[in-house]
Amino acid sequence: MNHNYQKDISGCGLTGLISRKRRRISGSEIVKSLCLMTDRGNGLGAGYAAYGIYPEFKDFYAFHIMYDEPSVKRSVEEYLKANYHIEKIEEIPTRAVKAIPISPMLVRYFVSPLKEKLSGDQQETDFVVNTVMKVNSEIDGAYIFSSGKNMGAFKGVGNPSEIAEFFRIDEYEGYIWTAHTRFPTNTPGWWGGAHPFTLLDWSIVHNGEISSYGINKRYLEMYGYKLTLLTDTEVAAYLLDLLIRRHGLSIPVACLALASPFWKNIDQRDAGEKEVLTALRQTYGSALLNGPFSILFGHSNGLVGINDRIKLRPLVAAVKDDVTYMASEESAIRAICPQPEKVWAPRAGEPVIVNLED
Amino acid sequence: MVEINASGTYYKELNQKVREAVEKGEKEIVLKNVNGQYYIGDGLRGSSTIVIEGVPGNDLAAFMDGPTLRIKSNAQDNISNTMNSGKVIVEGNAGDVLGYGMRGGKLHIRGDVGYRVGIHMKGNKKQTPTIVVGGTAGDFFGEYMAGGVLILLGLDSTGPLVGDYLGTGMHGGTIFVRGEVDKKLCGAEVGILDLDDDDQKVLKDALTDYCKDFGLKLEDIMKKGFKKLIPVSSRPYGNLYAY
Repeated sequence: MNHNYQKDISGCGLTGLISRKRRRISGSEIVKSLCLMTDRGNGLGAGYAAYGIYPEFKDFYAFHIMYDEPSVKRSVEEYLKANYHIEKIEEIPTRAVKAIPISPMLVRYFVSPLKEKLSGDQQETDFVVNTVMKVNSEIDGAYIFSSGKNMGAFKGVGNPSEIAEFFRIDEYEGYIWTAHTRFPTNTPGWWGGAHPFTLLDWSIVHNGEISSYGINKRYLEMYGYKLTLLTDTEVAAYLLDLLIRRHGLSIPVACLALASPFWKNIDQRDAGEKEVLTALRQTYGSALLNGPFSILFGHSNGLVGINDRIKLRPLVAAVKDDVTYMASEESAIRAICPQPEKVWAPRAGEPVIVNLED
Repeated sequence: MVEINASGTYYKELNQKVREAVEKGEKEIVLKNVNGQYYIGDGLRGSSTIVIEGVPGNDLAAFMDGPTLRIKSNAQDNISNTMNSGKVIVEGNAGDVLGYGMRGGKLHIRGDVGYRVGIHMKGNKKQTPTIVVGGTAGDFFGEYMAGGVLILLGLDSTGPLVGDYLGTGMHGGTIFVRGEVDKKLCGAEVGILDLDDDDQKVLKDALTDYCKDFGLKLEDIMKKGFKKLIPVSSRPYGNLYAY
């Protein structure tokens, strides 16, 4: 595959929504919201992630895999069959779209790890992460781009409307949605490089540029993560997995590690708070995301929006009934929710954390 | 008066229609059902008034030279970039990077604004660009300001009046803040002073016009005192490239 695309100037747009009452909302809503910001991207990447879309397979990991060619598919399936119970294999349903003449093969698998393959006290989730890293780094031309339960990512090279049409996004219903239109700046516009980036239940869409990528990448590699998707946003997805799932940080604390206050602000806090924030920055210095960003991340229990510490990228939030919306532009929210009860611009570095009700 | 229904219209087509109406000499143009269309009023000349119903997209009134835009709701980012003359009135809140490099005209916002408002604003002997914010502002308010007037009122606000890095790198122009200013938030080159008679006049003139736009009373606003922020360093880099 040739990844040698021209460099272009910056943009990117993102949007997301969550029904706190787990009401499943049609994908056509998020498509409408994203399409309003089509011009923030340049047609070199768009994608969607949704939670609650596979209720009939909710206990299985849903692997969405892209293959460059059939021989690669055979090697991956051999590996999966040796290590997983496979409940179902199917092509990811697509429609023919004129603007997308070429696409990788797209297949999804509903799987659960074979018990006897877990070594000692190994967690299922660690086993799945290892599989994703192994396939993405060792099997050339195969990428597991979604691996969570009852959720899935759909992404590729195209405009928001084309990718939505291609993946038949309107046919899915989810209680959390995130979506992204891409304007690649420093890295290639290819199918694996479109957002969302996911690992297990974590999914992330990002507008901006993570200039700490090198530090973050080396830090993640120490914990066995392999960075294979040729773009900065990938580190954010794996950092969430490391900090929240493996190290057990709460979401607000993880946000303080990823977008921690400046030292001069830490110095102004009370003694106790100062101590905690100092410890956090010292421990997770290599996890700090530097550079401009607005990010939405979905997980099995909710949706989080966060900006960099000096707000170099836009983020607007709104609430109506049981739904919270977050997007790069207020008009993208109003496209699907004309009269929100409340609209606000979150302050720099202060996350908007919305959890599903039990 | 002419009405244009913007519902589902791509920005290019909408702006073409607006341009045609202005060229025909329409004095009042109403844009209905606007949502997210970019570049409204950009580079527009003349003396038309354009009323916008709905949330307009980014880069509103960039390089605008004459017309008046009244936005009946919230507005987004990058309003009045390098605007030369005319007026933009926002009845709701507005986003980040407003009045960037603004060189003339007025920007009146009734509600809150985001980050980087009035950065690189500049004026000259003939033109004084003026931004009045009714609510609160985020970080970098008036950063690198070189000229013009920036007024922050904090009317009916609950949150902090202004963010960090207030006037950082400022080397011209004046910021008026209603209420007290915390020195810690300001750049090192910013001085906080009381207003003299000339300042009072500039402030009252600007606010009289602002009050007229939103049906507010000047005496209510003036009940609380103002502080003046100006650069106190004298061109520290003035000789850097001079032989």
